[in-house]
Amino acid sequence: MKSNSAVMLRRNFKHIARNPTTVFNAVLMPVVVMLMFVYMLGDAFSVGVDYVDYATPGLMLLAVCYGLGSVATSVNSDMTKGIINRFKVMDVSRSAVLNGHVAASVLTNLLAIAALVGVAFLLGFRPSAGPLEWLGVVGVVVLLGLAAGWFTVALGLAAKSPETAGMAAVPLVLLPFFSSAIVPAEKMGQGLRQFAEYQPFTPIIETLRGLLDGTPHTGDVIAALAWCVGIGLVGYLWARSTFTKRA
Amino acid sequence: MTDSAITATGLRKAYKDKVVLDGVDLNVRAGTVFCLLGPNGAGKTTTVNVLTTLIKADGGTVRVAGHDVATEAKAVRAAIGVTGQFAAVDELLTGQENLQLMVDLSPLRASDGKLIVAGLLERFDLVEAARKPVSTYSGGMRRKLDLAMTLVGNPKIIFLDEPTTGLDPRSRRTMWTIIRELVADGVTVFLTTQQLDEADQLADRIAVLDQGRVVAEGTPDELKRRMPGTHVRLRFATAGQLDAAALVLPGSTRDDEALTLRVPSDAGTASLRVLLDRLDEYSISAEEFSVHTPDLDDVFLALTGHATEVVAK
Repeated sequence: MKSNSAVMLRRNFKHIARNPTTVFNAVLMPVVVMLMFVYMLGDAFSVGVDYVDYATPGLMLLAVCYGLGSVATSVNSDMTKGIINRFKVMDVSRSAVLNGHVAASVLTNLLAIAALVGVAFLLGFRPSAGPLEWLGVVGVVVLLGLAAGWFTVALGLAAKSPETAGMAAVPLVLLPFFSSAIVPAEKMGQGLRQFAEYQPFTPIIETLRGLLDGTPHTGDVIAALAWCVGIGLVGYLWARSTFTKRA
Repeated sequence: MTDSAITATGLRKAYKDKVVLDGVDLNVRAGTVFCLLGPNGAGKTTTVNVLTTLIKADGGTVRVAGHDVATEAKAVRAAIGVTGQFAAVDELLTGQENLQLMVDLSPLRASDGKLIVAGLLERFDLVEAARKPVSTYSGGMRRKLDLAMTLVGNPKIIFLDEPTTGLDPRSRRTMWTIIRELVADGVTVFLTTQQLDEADQLADRIAVLDQGRVVAEGTPDELKRRMPGTHVRLRFATAGQLDAAALVLPGSTRDDEALTLRVPSDAGTASLRVLLDRLDEYSISAEEFSVHTPDLDDVFLALTGHATEVVAK
């Protein structure tokens, strides 16, 4: 007998692997966006360093967000199609269903980021991070993946249908563009700049950026961790209570 | 009551002010097929959901496999299998993977699981489709897979909520055969249906559910005795012909508006010949002739005094 969560993870992973749209959105799309920004637009932005070095941390966050739409949709499909009743009658632990989705989401994120960073290296990405900093990068990515994953699972559970669930995750895909991911916040107009500076993704991106060039800024790290834990906790509690109500 | 697989007393359930179950009592003997018969909206699915621990009743007690559904849900779940009204299969997985998923989620050993999956694929005639994704399956194949998934844990009591709704006649017969085999193996089957012939074919006992109440219960034969029998319907061209026919066919009921006459008959060739000879003898000819066997609508009319349509509230 295997752990229910592991069985659910394998099921969700098969779903992802068999759906070309999901694979494209989660893994290829961030690479496409990277190629677009670095090749087409990168020369137009003067950011002080090589653009690929500047943009990679932000695109890593973008890669996490691009995978989320399908997570919301697939959580919602589980709830609205009959399969959840089968799991409940089989006494599958309730958390296993949700854990499976979050774990599959985090793994997809890691896969997408690995692909993205690989392409970045081909484009001339030269980070100065040592092994410890790289470990920090992986840690931040996993933490961000967990937080975003739980929050998205909650969105998916709260939505009425798989279609609206997919829509609910759209703001999460757009939010990185209004952060310091693509261009530094100080280059933006007044209102947008303030938004970009205070929205959760900016300190997370700055933390990744700091780790990758070997000079993490403590303030950013604390803000990033606080945001991740906060978002994750809200998402987790919201998901749990919605799941109990619905199922 | 030691051989009862399912007992329910005074089951009540309401959603806001809409009463769905209004004091339902049920008793299902182990190793039998019990059929809950009723139209859409009668409360069949709600009853199944309460009996299978999916929802909590507002009132009443239920024991399934000797355990209370409210306080010993885990023990109940270990003993039952449920196939809901909508096939609860995973569309993106193959048939085999769906069954394997059930094995992985059950306390079965992996080696036993392999045999069980292979056996079920064989038994439900799904070997050929086993490696194809379920999204390519027909409705009948999905239902079969759904039921196969329910059987993975070898449950003693199986709930089937309208297992043949939407199936073509051939798949329906296959499903009936499978259900009969299950009972032969000693499984208790709790079945819901909207179709009288299905209940008649499969059930040892039938309970007729209407607007959240059991309005009749008994063996199929007992119930059929309470129903309007088979009859012949004759339609005439003129009121005069109808008058004449009503005179020579005693025991018939006339409908002056439709110009029809309803004559009780067993629909056998002998009795039909007698009927036609009698009309011939008096030189009466009917425009139209048809034989009617009672369907759910007739049963409902007879048992409840109203048609099967649920009044929209």
